[in-house]
Amino acid sequence: MGEVTDVVCSLCGCVCDDIVVEVEDNEVKKVKKGACAVGKSKLMGHGRIKSPAVRERKGEGESGELRECSYDEAIKKAAEILAAARRPLLYGWSSTVCEADKVGVELAEEIGAVIDNTASVCHGPSVLAIQDVGLPSCTLGEVKNRADLVIYWGANPAAAHANHMKRYSFISKGFWTAEGKKAKKLVVVDVRKTATAKMADVFLQIEQGKDYLVFSALRALLYGYEDVVPDEVGGVSKEELLEVVKMMKEAKFGMTFFGMGVTHTGGRHNNIVNAIQMTRAAHTHTKFSIMPMRGHYNVAGINQVCTWETGFPFAVDLSRGYPWYNPGELSATDLLIRRECDAALIIASDPGAHFPGESVRHLAKIPVIQIDPFPNPTTEFADVVIPAAVSGVEAEGNVYRMDNIPIRLRKLVETEYLADEEIVERILQEVRAIKEKEGKEGE
Amino acid sequence: MAEGGVSKMAEGELLIKNGVVFDPINGVKGEKKEICIRDGKVVAELKSPNVKVIDAEGRVVMPGGVDIHSHIAGGKVNSGRLFRPEDGRKGVAVRTKVCRVQSGYSVPNTFATGYRYAKMGYTFVMEAAMPPLAARHTHEELVDIPILDNAALPLIDNNWMTMDYVKTGDTDLLAAYVAWIMKATKGFGVKIVNPGGTEAWGWGKNCGLTDAVPTFDVTPAEIIKGLAEANERFEMPHSIHVHTNMLGHPGNFEVTKATYDLVKGVKTAKDRQVIHTTHTQFHSYGGTNWGDFVSKADAISDYINQNEHATIDIGSVILGDTTTMTADGPMEYSLHQLTGRKWTNHDVELETGSGITPFLYSGKVSVHTIQWAIGQELALLVKDPWKVALTTDHPNAGPFIGYPILISMLMSKKRRDEAAEEMHSAIFKRAALPSIDREYDLNEIAIITRGMTAKALGLHEHGKGHLGVGADADVAIYDISPEERDAGKIQKAFLNTKYTIKGGEVVVKDGEVVATPAGKTYFVTPECDEGLTEEMLVKLKDKFEHYYSVNFNNYPVQDAYVPNPYEIKASWSG
Repeated sequence: MGEVTDVVCSLCGCVCDDIVVEVEDNEVKKVKKGACAVGKSKLMGHGRIKSPAVRERKGEGESGELRECSYDEAIKKAAEILAAARRPLLYGWSSTVCEADKVGVELAEEIGAVIDNTASVCHGPSVLAIQDVGLPSCTLGEVKNRADLVIYWGANPAAAHANHMKRYSFISKGFWTAEGKKAKKLVVVDVRKTATAKMADVFLQIEQGKDYLVFSALRALLYGYEDVVPDEVGGVSKEELLEVVKMMKEAKFGMTFFGMGVTHTGGRHNNIVNAIQMTRAAHTHTKFSIMPMRGHYNVAGINQVCTWETGFPFAVDLSRGYPWYNPGELSATDLLIRRECDAALIIASDPGAHFPGESVRHLAKIPVIQIDPFPNPTTEFADVVIPAAVSGVEAEGNVYRMDNIPIRLRKLVETEYLADEEIVERILQEVRAIKEKEGKEGE
Repeated sequence: MAEGGVSKMAEGELLIKNGVVFDPINGVKGEKKEICIRDGKVVAELKSPNVKVIDAEGRVVMPGGVDIHSHIAGGKVNSGRLFRPEDGRKGVAVRTKVCRVQSGYSVPNTFATGYRYAKMGYTFVMEAAMPPLAARHTHEELVDIPILDNAALPLIDNNWMTMDYVKTGDTDLLAAYVAWIMKATKGFGVKIVNPGGTEAWGWGKNCGLTDAVPTFDVTPAEIIKGLAEANERFEMPHSIHVHTNMLGHPGNFEVTKATYDLVKGVKTAKDRQVIHTTHTQFHSYGGTNWGDFVSKADAISDYINQNEHATIDIGSVILGDTTTMTADGPMEYSLHQLTGRKWTNHDVELETGSGITPFLYSGKVSVHTIQWAIGQELALLVKDPWKVALTTDHPNAGPFIGYPILISMLMSKKRRDEAAEEMHSAIFKRAALPSIDREYDLNEIAIITRGMTAKALGLHEHGKGHLGVGADADVAIYDISPEERDAGKIQKAFLNTKYTIKGGEVVVKDGEVVATPAGKTYFVTPECDEGLTEEMLVKLKDKFEHYYSVNFNNYPVQDAYVPNPYEIKASWSG
């Protein structure tokens, strides 16, 4: 195959699409250009789940052992678990392609499941804020071409989205920004001096949990209510705030990127409401936009698919036969904490590592089906493990970048592993076959 | 010039008898006539002795409806759904043996969109605004909309490539770019939305028709003229499709008329209009502010009556809550400032933008009442129905599910008068509607909902909008007799058909969806000279290298996104 250009990275929400790799003997031998270190590691490949497997337990409460089996057996077992479940949960969907997500929604309808995705423990609060006040935003190319002021708030792209500044924001060069960072200003707001903060023109080191107050102060100053702002807000002096406000007003195009430092601190979605309101306030002076730094490469995509198919972006209950949305009640962690679900399919995510302990404890007790290319803490208690092809390396499909621009992942090598879409589709067909049989027997 | 793609048509024969057929393209005005269908097409006669028969029992039969302008799929539609769970909950419906789950009223989910249109007898819908960079998204949703054949209009007017070529006057190279975008997005025709204004919105500004666009030094007027000429370089089935500048501003009717004048002399490559202006209700405003706001539907209608190069769709208001969305970013911001309601904006690099905000049209508010009147006035004052299409600019002036209300209004002076009595008195002072006596007949309704729209889109040459031999067997049977005059019964009949037949297959029966075949996506492939294309690509690739955030080779929509394609080739006409 040789050199492959325009390769699309399936790691983070940056979805870099200018990567060049060397493929030989059906293997990615080298990443020659474009990818960051983590993206490179994903493209080159690392430890995989070798085979489908089902857990054998000798007795109740025993952790048991995974026994390798065929795809057919694992898929059949998965379908049996889901068809028998009364309150199944289908969770994950962010590190796979939209084609798989679509079948996921169909499966959820078929078995009356709750379908939820990683946004519910990530930028779910941002979604709630958007539902409250909307989101004035733009594509990343707009930022690249126009922005002369970039604010990262509670986000550390130098570590988490390594190519973000270079491709799209502070360091990139575009039409009105041909000089790159020389002609731009960078403001970083965070609770500690991160690698990104070290690059900033202004770094506001705020006290933990005081984001809401600082957004409010900036809003007040942008609207001209200087008198109501005290000398110090959330660990930041009024002078510093006034300096930032001056930068915001003088910018031709300002952009705020916010991360989980804002969504997952005290105030949660209220912080984001306030961040968006601050953007609106700035918009009365100049052009200003705001964007969440989405983590997984297609978490934006599952929100899109789930929304156009059910009307709602995450935490959707289909047990009534129609879509019912109520985050806080129906998000995966809440269902698990209430010990409500009796089976779960976990795909392209790792709640075993990322959910609160109480949720994980219940998850470990119920039958769990895992679909993933890679082993992770969820594998440790999964009852059925189904390995999948790596999207973007072994399988193609559509994904949505953090700015909701759809890009098609390329397939670089052939594989024996099934793609997520095919696995979920086969589970769906098996479930239908079981239900049809039961229906006939019931007659 | 055209070749149909792969399409799934129902096999076998079907006879619709005893229907009273309204097929305006073929001059059929309410005749008792049999419709013979074989393998998804209308045929002259049937061969098989035991065909399936539908006895229409004297009911009204029309070709499947063709919507010329509706926002049903893509980024901003989905942003509308995402940020309005309160709208989502309004339309929830339980899945059935054949139907997927449903949600939404003004922003229904993809499945509900297909079912509800089909229940109204529609079988083709044009998605009216596709940002080229996000075209894959539009197609992903179109594929997910059951039953309806569809197409989408890529936005080409605020594109830097377009403005560069308009500035240098290179119409042939502009045509090469139009051709490339059409192919790269699997698009259907040239969409223009607030030309120049959306680029200016990149800096938080807007543009009037003759203002220079910041940096690019061209005027919206030049963009419109340039694209009209470029469009006619090919035998494009559709004309330029224009959302004129200054949408929703009092006094904008002058801008609208000036826009028509811009392209009056442009020679068309096909026998059709030079320009289609969309949701013209929003562009027929008089007055200088919301205080002295008046209807200027009369001035716009006069223009349309006196000229032959322009067609319109009305974008008529449905009272109630809806979700407004358009590529006209500055307009949505103004609306948000007016109402204080939530606001989403999404500017798209080098190309376009969009804004979304909820809006409530109230019959108790003078401005809304006048807006409500204007859309219907346009339909009633334009004398030739072949120049008018029925739309609500779904969901901007109201959801498409309100079409039956509009049909009943246009057909009944009595119903309009009753409605006006309940509304703000401004309707009697600053609108013309109460003084208009005209009532549409069913033939005219068939024109503005299928005949005219199919012709204006050039789809009548591809079997849409009529029931002549060779046409697609897309048929709506409405549960009324042609003599029915009761507005309530008319509205009810147009909301839920007795039968909707799509490609020869019964998809709706007695108001229930009974089958959900996949629709086809229609797209146009302009055939452009290779030399011109090569020259254009040098400039375009430079834009990708320096300014786009997506690589050139990852930009065009891959074939996988259009699994049921219908390609229309448009040859170079010079």
